[in-house]
Amino acid sequence: MVRLWGSLAEFAAGHHEVEVIATNLRELLDGLATAHPALKPQLERGVSVSIDGRIYNDTWATPINETSEVVLLSRLVGG
Amino acid sequence: MTKVEYTPREFKVVGTRPLRPDGIDKVTGRARYGADISAPGMLVGMVLRSPHAHARIKSIDTSAAEALPGVKAVVTRADFTHQPEDNATADILDNCMAGEKVLYDGHAVAAVAATSRNAAIAAVAAIKVDYDVLPHVMDVDDAMKLGAPVLLKGRKQETVPAEMSDNVLTRNQYGHGDPEEGFKQADLIIERTFKTAATHQGYIEPHACLATLGADGQGDMWVCTQGHYMVRNTCAAILGLDAGRLRVTASEIGGGFGGKTTVFLEPTALVLSRKSGRPVKMTMTRDEVFRASGPTASTSIDIKIGMTKDGKITAATGDYRYQNGAYEAMNGTLGAMTGFAPYDLEHVRTTGWDVVTNRPKAAAYRAPGAPMAAFAVESVIDELAGELGLDPIDVRLKNAAREGTRAAYGPTYPAIGLEATLEAAKAHPHWSAPLGKNQGRGVACGFWFNFGGDTCVSLMINPDGTVSLSEGNPDIGGSRASMSMMAAEELGVPMEQVRTIVADTASLGQNEVTDGSRVTFAVGLATIKAARHAIEIMKERAAMTWGIDVDAVEWVDGAAQPAGPNAGKFPPMSIGEIAAIAANTGGPIAGHHEVNAEGAGVSFGTHIADTEVDPETGAVKILRYTVFQDAGKAVHPSYVEGQFQGGAVQGIGWALNEEYVYGEDGRLQNPGFLDYRIPVASDLPMIDPVILEIPNPGHPYGVRGVGETGIVPPLATVANAVSRAAGIRLTSLPMSPPKVLAALKGG
Repeated sequence: MVRLWGSLAEFAAGHHEVEVIATNLRELLDGLATAHPALKPQLERGVSVSIDGRIYNDTWATPINETSEVVLLSRLVGG
Repeated sequence: MTKVEYTPREFKVVGTRPLRPDGIDKVTGRARYGADISAPGMLVGMVLRSPHAHARIKSIDTSAAEALPGVKAVVTRADFTHQPEDNATADILDNCMAGEKVLYDGHAVAAVAATSRNAAIAAVAAIKVDYDVLPHVMDVDDAMKLGAPVLLKGRKQETVPAEMSDNVLTRNQYGHGDPEEGFKQADLIIERTFKTAATHQGYIEPHACLATLGADGQGDMWVCTQGHYMVRNTCAAILGLDAGRLRVTASEIGGGFGGKTTVFLEPTALVLSRKSGRPVKMTMTRDEVFRASGPTASTSIDIKIGMTKDGKITAATGDYRYQNGAYEAMNGTLGAMTGFAPYDLEHVRTTGWDVVTNRPKAAAYRAPGAPMAAFAVESVIDELAGELGLDPIDVRLKNAAREGTRAAYGPTYPAIGLEATLEAAKAHPHWSAPLGKNQGRGVACGFWFNFGGDTCVSLMINPDGTVSLSEGNPDIGGSRASMSMMAAEELGVPMEQVRTIVADTASLGQNEVTDGSRVTFAVGLATIKAARHAIEIMKERAAMTWGIDVDAVEWVDGAAQPAGPNAGKFPPMSIGEIAAIAANTGGPIAGHHEVNAEGAGVSFGTHIADTEVDPETGAVKILRYTVFQDAGKAVHPSYVEGQFQGGAVQGIGWALNEEYVYGEDGRLQNPGFLDYRIPVASDLPMIDPVILEIPNPGHPYGVRGVGETGIVPPLATVANAVSRAAGIRLTSLPMSPPKVLAALKGG
């Protein structure tokens, strides 16, 4: 189950949580784009993903298991 | 499923306070900053900037400038012939050199390269630009209105309602629960609107670079930057160059704070060099730094919080409207994510708006977007605590996020250190010290994410046993010291035996910018892994020398030794002894590590300030200031304290004095340190830093970033202190004397 931030739910048929079958970050992002094509513009602009409370940006192989909490976040930047 | 890297251990080097290795170079003038390097035949580059906040460029006539003696090249946007592939890079190009329109006072429209500064000044003056001046908009709330002058059409993202102005680029909403239901459970609800002004990072060293680019597409740059790999990649993308043919070396850096995480002069310097066939040095004046390099966003924020009589927050909402200057940035989004992050809330909803205006493009500034959000949220919490007669630290403790809390921006927190900072603040003598007349005490919390990212480290064991360590991140906060310390810790040698340098872009793989409080975490992790790699090689060499299996060798206190009596009786071999015979045992010894170091731990801080308000002038004096922040593990505590102190001081300036002042004509009125007032040492007490160490499981030593969180609480901390001293809630920054005086008089 992937939690979306509020304004993204509008592009996933109003769902704040969507189900994606994925064992790693790449499968998650691919699965989201396939299941909810309206999310593609945001996915292409970039997102960060919180997996069990820690934030990941790019590492496709980051593992996700069945009990992982997965939260999509705006792509984060720092100073 | 997070990989746990942390293992508790006793440290010998980490946690001590050795002399800083960059200190002597800096105090003797030996350190070479951006403008300190020259090349044979070098030209002086200079930029012509727009005097208008918003105008269409009808024509640019450079013929008179080109005819002047000593002028070797004049360039305009027409000389940037490559079209970047993505919008973000195209925006960076447009910010470096205007295309069809100028979008702010100071926007570059042309540049020259000449044999002397005087010739360059004359050439800039000889360029004729015909403008069609357009209406401008400077304020975020004005820019969001339908009918406001529009900077760029068609850039609105799909999340922005169609009926809103094209200046509104993004809308991002976060939260959970049902705030309307939560507000029904509150005994007291306070709703306020807050304003903060745009401020500049205020780094001492202006932007500077030296560029050489040949017609063959091969070039070199020397740049004052927070990320020379970013400079290489961005310039290559803008100019259509092969990144591998452009080598960039980072100079020593006189401050960045996020403001040097993009390019301003560098693509132009390369184009001038290519056109003139000569090296070109460009250096911004202070006026240019203020007018044309990134300040932070100015904001307009609505916060509503409901609380029970005993201090429990029942619901919270926030509307964060940030203007980011002329191009897209995400400060408002980050404000919406961070403002309520310190609290465990059942019902919360936040909306972040990112808006463009006719101001220079906002650059990152230490925890971008977060300080303004914290100012608004922490002010309302303070006011609620005051109205309900509750201790403001107790209220924060009652609502504090902890392990298992679902953050307002979505994820569930792992182990975090907010409560520890609040408990430390409550127990500190500062919190209970007496106050005098016209004095007030404020407290506030702050949050920042912290990042990791692409990182490469190479660690060479020299023939004499000394160690050369190369990293790819400009040192803006003591990273050369902390990398040397972590390498020394791992290798078991004195820190002085390790010298760390910042290598150029041709010497290591890709490195992310020095930002996001990432370097001590990510480069430190890579340094430790590179040292472990070198140790494995040295153990192999010792095993070969002794004729035993490598599994029978262990590394103890900087030497290989047999791992137990069955391995044989051999005296330990030190690094120096192993290095001395490296040619006989297989050749040079080096360790390296390349990683995308993701999974950095989030960070929290709590600040306390005492202020005194002069009722006759409205002037505010900071009497005492204490910072409590979780560092995970402080590698070099003096540098960590310096980060805490620096963040607090920049936040105090933001709270009390700093602001971009624009005239009706959209031109910046105070582009210099005489009129843009940053705090100086005589304005401030010693900032008292208290380091807490709650280990980050994602780092072998428990390190977490400390560079940004320190600027998040001070705006609110000072505002709460001033509001309590003045007896009236201050909601607009900066709290400059005229504004405070007007508030005191009920104006």
